[in-house]
Amino acid sequence: MTKLETDLLDLLKEDCRLPLEKLAVMTGASLEEVASTIDSLEKRRVILRYSSMINWDLTDRERVEAMIEVRVTPQRDMGFDAIARRIYCFDEVKSVFLMSGSYDLLVLVEARTLKELAAFVSGKLSPLETVTGTATSFVLKRYKEEGVIFDSGDSDRRLVISP
Amino acid sequence: MNYEKYLNPRIASVPPSGIRRFFDLAATMKDTISLGVGEPDFKTPFPIRNAAIESLMDGETQYTANRGLPELREEISLYLEDRYSLSYDPDQEILVTIGASEAIDVALRALVSPGEEVLVPEPSYVSYSPGVIFAGGEPVGVETLEKDDFRLTGEALEKAVTPRTRALILPYPNNPTGAVMTRADLEKVARVVRKHDLLVISDEIYSELIYGGHTHVPFAALEGMAERTLTINGFSKAFAMTGWRVGYACGPKEIISVMNKIHQYAIMCAPRQGQVAAATALKTGRENGYEEVRRMRDSYDRRRRLMVDAFRKMGLHCFEPLGAFYAFPSVRVTGMTSEEFCSRLLREKNVAAVPGTAFGPGGEGNIRCCYATALDKLNIALDRMAEFVKENT
Repeated sequence: MTKLETDLLDLLKEDCRLPLEKLAVMTGASLEEVASTIDSLEKRRVILRYSSMINWDLTDRERVEAMIEVRVTPQRDMGFDAIARRIYCFDEVKSVFLMSGSYDLLVLVEARTLKELAAFVSGKLSPLETVTGTATSFVLKRYKEEGVIFDSGDSDRRLVISP
Repeated sequence: MNYEKYLNPRIASVPPSGIRRFFDLAATMKDTISLGVGEPDFKTPFPIRNAAIESLMDGETQYTANRGLPELREEISLYLEDRYSLSYDPDQEILVTIGASEAIDVALRALVSPGEEVLVPEPSYVSYSPGVIFAGGEPVGVETLEKDDFRLTGEALEKAVTPRTRALILPYPNNPTGAVMTRADLEKVARVVRKHDLLVISDEIYSELIYGGHTHVPFAALEGMAERTLTINGFSKAFAMTGWRVGYACGPKEIISVMNKIHQYAIMCAPRQGQVAAATALKTGRENGYEEVRRMRDSYDRRRRLMVDAFRKMGLHCFEPLGAFYAFPSVRVTGMTSEEFCSRLLREKNVAAVPGTAFGPGGEGNIRCCYATALDKLNIALDRMAEFVKENT
């Protein structure tokens, strides 16, 4: 990674709507360099998507989330990859991680209602033949995600003017 | 009751800070975006905060040694050696103070006798001249100019020296201009200092915040200058620890010992948890290559470029600041005084900046804008300033 690449990633992670001109000014690189570097980061799939962080609790959208600890039997030659791929195909699944510790996969699931989510676990996830057990925990409240704190407003406590 | 006769006329002679008046005005406004702050927008990194929490949990609530916790002085000594190749004995040559501010105040009180003069380059931080007056001395402003990149020149210094000059305050990297001094610039100052047998109070509080490939050269690192220099520094700016109030002075043991005399009678010691946190800041920094400091500096540097570029695009002449976290653009093109520009900008666009005149008469025509502000707010503030300048040129 070059310094320019790291600088751009830092800036875009904070605000992906920054225009190229400003990115160029802030990194001290030319417009062309910035454009081609971002292009290359996208092509190499270092940057996968430009998305917004939304506090859904403040919207009227019904939504339940759960974290499911999944124990599976790894498959010969494929390890955990095949079953992980199988699981991430479901639309309800937001994230899948292979974990160290007492279970194998951590699956983050989102559905509109508790009933839908329960149906997903009992009807889709558990019946998979390599899945040997699941433990589902529902998300009750979101405090912080991706470095963003959800439960506080503007926390700049500095004096407006100081020497 | 008439209190006039009770109040010390020397103190009463010092006008209230120009910043204070502006602060009062800004306080009446709502939803102001402030570029008028003088501190980082980062919170103190959590491991540093946590060290203070743990210290409290452990019941560490007692006084420390007057000069500061031995482990903190040890860390300061290692830090100055590690970063700047300066060598100070933690037992005799380092005094931990309540912020760099106390270090400056105590230094002035230790060094200045009535009638003696102290040279203060201007524009500079607001408390040097009052500090000299409080100590019984006479501050003598030495104007630094934009054409010299606001650096202190040997010639300007030479012109200001009189037989009564005792010391020079050297405030680089500079608040409010963002100017830095190169080794060559400092050598010229050192020549005058040597010739006139002066002492130097070198306020290096912004030493870690320096950009554009420059490196900070401490004045004490110059040949023969360690014996004439008090190196003042602290944790506020580099480690985002303003509210903790921990700073220090390093210098010849004879001076530090007299400063400690004032400090021990007036203050006793800097607050313990601040010292514990400061020691942790330096120790972790030493172990991880000052990763947090670098992260914050990189972030300031990006915003520095953004701000300077924005000022130039809106038609304000802006010299490139290479230190601290301020830009000091000229607003002369609008025909307004600094004060008028800032008052109207605040009232009409809800953006606060500090008139250059708050930092000495030489600041007329410029304003201080701090770029340690969240990027989204900074962009809005700069857009509003661009509108304001457009409407007024």
